[in-house]
Amino acid sequence: MESMFTPYAWLIPILPLLAFVVLLVLGKTNKTFGISFSIAAIFASFVLSLLIFWERLADNASNYVWDGWNWLEIGSFQISLGFEINNLNAMMLVIVTVVSLLVHIYSVGYMHDDERKTTFFSYIALFTFSMLGLVIAENIVQLFIFWELVGVCSFLLVGFWYFKPEAKAAAKKAFIVTRVGDLGFFIAILLLFTYLPEPSLSFTYISQVFTTDLVNQIPDHIQFWIALLIFVGAIGKSGQFPLHTWLPDAMEGPTPISALIHAATMVAAGVYLVARTYDVFLAAPGALEAVAIIGAFTAIFAAIIGVTQNDIKRVLAYSTVSQLGYMMMALGFGTKLALAAAMFHLLTHAFFKALLFLGAGSVIHSLHEQDIQKMGGAGRYMKVTTITFAIGALALSGIFPLSGFWSKDAILVEALHYQVIFFLVGSLAALFTAFYMTRLFCLVFLGEHKGKHKPHESPISMTLPLVVLAVLAVVAGFVYTPFIPWLATWLTGEEVGDHLSWTVIFVSSGAALAGIILGWLFYGKKAISADKVAASIPWLYKLSFNKFYIDELYQVAVVKPLKVVSYLLDRFDEYVVDGAVRLTAGATVWLGGVASRLQNGQIQLYVLVTIFGFIIFVLALIGRRFW
Amino acid sequence: MEASLTSYLALGAFLFCIGLYGALTKKNAVIVLLCIELMLNAANINLVAFNKFSVSVTQDLTGQIFSLFNIAIAAAEAAVAVAILIALYRARATSNMYEINELKD
Repeated sequence: MESMFTPYAWLIPILPLLAFVVLLVLGKTNKTFGISFSIAAIFASFVLSLLIFWERLADNASNYVWDGWNWLEIGSFQISLGFEINNLNAMMLVIVTVVSLLVHIYSVGYMHDDERKTTFFSYIALFTFSMLGLVIAENIVQLFIFWELVGVCSFLLVGFWYFKPEAKAAAKKAFIVTRVGDLGFFIAILLLFTYLPEPSLSFTYISQVFTTDLVNQIPDHIQFWIALLIFVGAIGKSGQFPLHTWLPDAMEGPTPISALIHAATMVAAGVYLVARTYDVFLAAPGALEAVAIIGAFTAIFAAIIGVTQNDIKRVLAYSTVSQLGYMMMALGFGTKLALAAAMFHLLTHAFFKALLFLGAGSVIHSLHEQDIQKMGGAGRYMKVTTITFAIGALALSGIFPLSGFWSKDAILVEALHYQVIFFLVGSLAALFTAFYMTRLFCLVFLGEHKGKHKPHESPISMTLPLVVLAVLAVVAGFVYTPFIPWLATWLTGEEVGDHLSWTVIFVSSGAALAGIILGWLFYGKKAISADKVAASIPWLYKLSFNKFYIDELYQVAVVKPLKVVSYLLDRFDEYVVDGAVRLTAGATVWLGGVASRLQNGQIQLYVLVTIFGFIIFVLALIGRRFW
Repeated sequence: MEASLTSYLALGAFLFCIGLYGALTKKNAVIVLLCIELMLNAANINLVAFNKFSVSVTQDLTGQIFSLFNIAIAAAEAAVAVAILIALYRARATSNMYEINELKD
């Protein structure tokens, strides 16, 4: 089939950029127009993404690459800007645009009273542009540019309420911690630049090198380091252990941002990056193993923390970290099917996590409260939010037949095929996930209302995205079931064998149900006192409640030494560097003072100096004779 | 004791040094002027002495004529200098050298 729309894929990121510019120029004077324009632009992007996606559905649709714009030339080395459309990023385009569109609509209601709402809209337009640019980037340098742009947008949006000190600190933290990962990614790019046989960094070429004999021209340990360092970049962006600490703090931003950036899109960039350069990882089994182990560890680690957190958004944030760990773990299994499973989980997670965050935002919007211990009984007042939130929570817990069930199932099947330990860890994490989601739901929506003023349902602009996302969270799972593995076939281009595993279905459903029932007993029926259980294992509760002291560890291990070093350097700067400068300046001033004392207007002194000069001159002349 | 060139030159140097010392140290502008005259005349003594003790065959009067020129110039210079001093005194009501430091700025 002739591709009609694909050549115009560059419009998809350009439209939000246009919206950003329009908002920047007109936003202050004409708020309504600016916001409508940006929603229209993102809607157009969404439609175009859908059309491209539809085109990709055709059998054997070949990858479309355009790299006509030579951006940099360094000797024989060329970096071009362009775009590539394949099945993987066509899917990502749809995910990003659909979530972004819904978040745009939602923000109309959520940010209604905010003074700087046009600034907010311009930021999310810029963010959407960056994310879409990242997705369709044709070479790894271009991806890196957008990768950093996404980081900048995250910084701007987390710190959107910059007058709150926590928001300011969180924004800085998000930027600096991800920067650690970015450095790894950058080194990986430099290694690729150095070791690739031909001067090109396009994904097509990289994949070609790593899937053919050409790979033997790169030393084995370099292959390992390239893959591992790319993964380090992904660790930073996708909030994997040990660089996950910024993600929960990033919840200081407005809630639609948490939904857009910290649940559905930006944090998925790390997963996407690994998927995009999967051939590199396949060539380095050691790095793959690291991916699987870190992913699995993050999945269980964050889930345990999530159980004890009291901030509604923080619970969801740790859940995000945990689910991203799931995806990473799946990627680490190193098969095409595992890749498909991870991307499938990314897809479903984007929908239900965005739904959960937006639902949480709806609750916060109406209660003006984020501490779940102070909430309760919201279910009676906010019907739509409650039902959609319940759907999201069930989907996240992995209850049949919601989307989360299918994607978790797909990952666990791969885990069982890979190593049983990963399967067990995944199931345990699923149990914890179901438990804390039930806890969250019970505390927020059930029980007695504790606040002072009555909660009210949010406006239509906020509930509409919730409903749409709830529908997506229900149906999105059917694209890849063990019975009809359509998505896997489409993504990997390979026939998928029989991957139905009743063991997995029973175990994962059992884990989810057990988690929900436990959660219900603890927080719904209050049959078991949560405080007593916590008191019986205080060390574990404390560890979890304090997030395993990772922040404190960084404080002691990184921040404190850094502060000492900077203090010393500051002293050095003040006394040695500045001292030298001040000495030079002082000497010059002193010399100038001496010289200017000579120039006092007294002719007699001038004459005296002249005569002394003359005498010296004469003496020199005479002295030369005797030399 | 027969007069020699050295004694004339010594006298010239002596006069010159007195003039120089006065020109550099005296507070009163008139005395400074007088000291400058002293220095000029020290030069004149040298010129005449050189002429007198010259070993040149033709006994011309170059030195003496130079001296005459010098005296004429000194007279003119004294006239101009005194005129300046008077103008200065009228403007500033002082003849103190230490107060005349306009060149500073």
